[in-house]
Amino acid sequence: MEYILIIISAIFVNNVVLSRFLGLCPFFGVSKQVETAAGMGGAVVFVMTVATIVTYLLQKYILISFNIEYMQTITFILVIAALVQLVEIILKKVSPSLYQALGIFLPLITTNCAVLGVAIIAVQTEGYDLIKSTVFAIASAIGFALSLVIFAGLREQLELSDVPEGMKGVPIAFVTAGLLALAFMGFSGIA
Amino acid sequence: MNKLKIFTKGFFSENAVFVMLLGLCPTLGTTTSAINGLGMGLATTFVLVMSNIVVSLVKKQIPDKVRIPAFIVIIASFVTIVELTMQAYVPDLYDVLGLFIPLIVVNCLILGRAEAFASKNNIIDSVLDGFGMGLGFSMALTMLGAVREILGSGSVFNIKIYEGDGALVFVLAPGAFIVLGYLIALVNRLQKRKSI
Repeated sequence: MEYILIIISAIFVNNVVLSRFLGLCPFFGVSKQVETAAGMGGAVVFVMTVATIVTYLLQKYILISFNIEYMQTITFILVIAALVQLVEIILKKVSPSLYQALGIFLPLITTNCAVLGVAIIAVQTEGYDLIKSTVFAIASAIGFALSLVIFAGLREQLELSDVPEGMKGVPIAFVTAGLLALAFMGFSGIA
Repeated sequence: MNKLKIFTKGFFSENAVFVMLLGLCPTLGTTTSAINGLGMGLATTFVLVMSNIVVSLVKKQIPDKVRIPAFIVIIASFVTIVELTMQAYVPDLYDVLGLFIPLIVVNCLILGRAEAFASKNNIIDSVLDGFGMGLGFSMALTMLGAVREILGSGSVFNIKIYEGDGALVFVLAPGAFIVLGYLIALVNRLQKRKSI
């Protein structure tokens, strides 16, 4: 039951993008087409899960036992940067077309604050144990991918609609995201 | 490019938030009120200026291939300094900004300036660039925070300006997106008028 609550809360109620404001750069950057959005979502699911597990172990067995918690920011970001490199190398071999499609945004996962943010929330703010942290990371990443794909779908439709001159492009995208966030607020009664 | 231009471009023509769309997470996440936006902006400015100074000093020593990780370590060190200082001296603001203080390290604005400007220019220009970009960022955050505070809780910088509570939605997540969307539209409009 506890795990179900964590999952629902992370995907819908406290959605990383729409309620915690994490990972907005890829949210606006790669959301022009549903297909690239889904690819980006998949990459984030993988990176976020592995990053949270690794940072959890790092926090518990190195930072806390040596009493150097203030090194948290530096060590976490380095671990994440190394992981992203790894994913990049693997993806280049396994799926060159997806690698091409994601282009510049794959190295940018390093500066996707959602990855670092979720790791910090899991190990510090919420103080989850290893299994809960992992579940939380997977659910958060799914929440990220879900909102990204929905938003990409909305923007594809937006291309066809008649938008006032001054609102074209970025402004209307923000207002659309606002309405999507409003829709996600409807979930807040669940958990 | 003259010195004045380097300093002022961060405010208008290359404003991080309104024009370049960098550093969006703290922009939306911390601007529930004008004072929070200002606090976040100034913390970011400090990190930006200091990392620009260090990057421009050591740019010749860093091998090209490892420059990004090196920049990240430099930035993360200053973020840790800001985090510990704020925890000690302004604990209230530290609690409100919370998660977004360690997240300054992944603010694309800072890494972007280190890579695009400080690693190619001398120290004086880098400082000016850091201050210009940082203060432009602070200005944008304060504006967004002020609008959200006025609409959402009827006050600005904690000073009540009209009766009643305002529409709570502007303090919550959806309001952040919508207000920023309209602010960007407004800035686009002003810039278009200037160029005609």
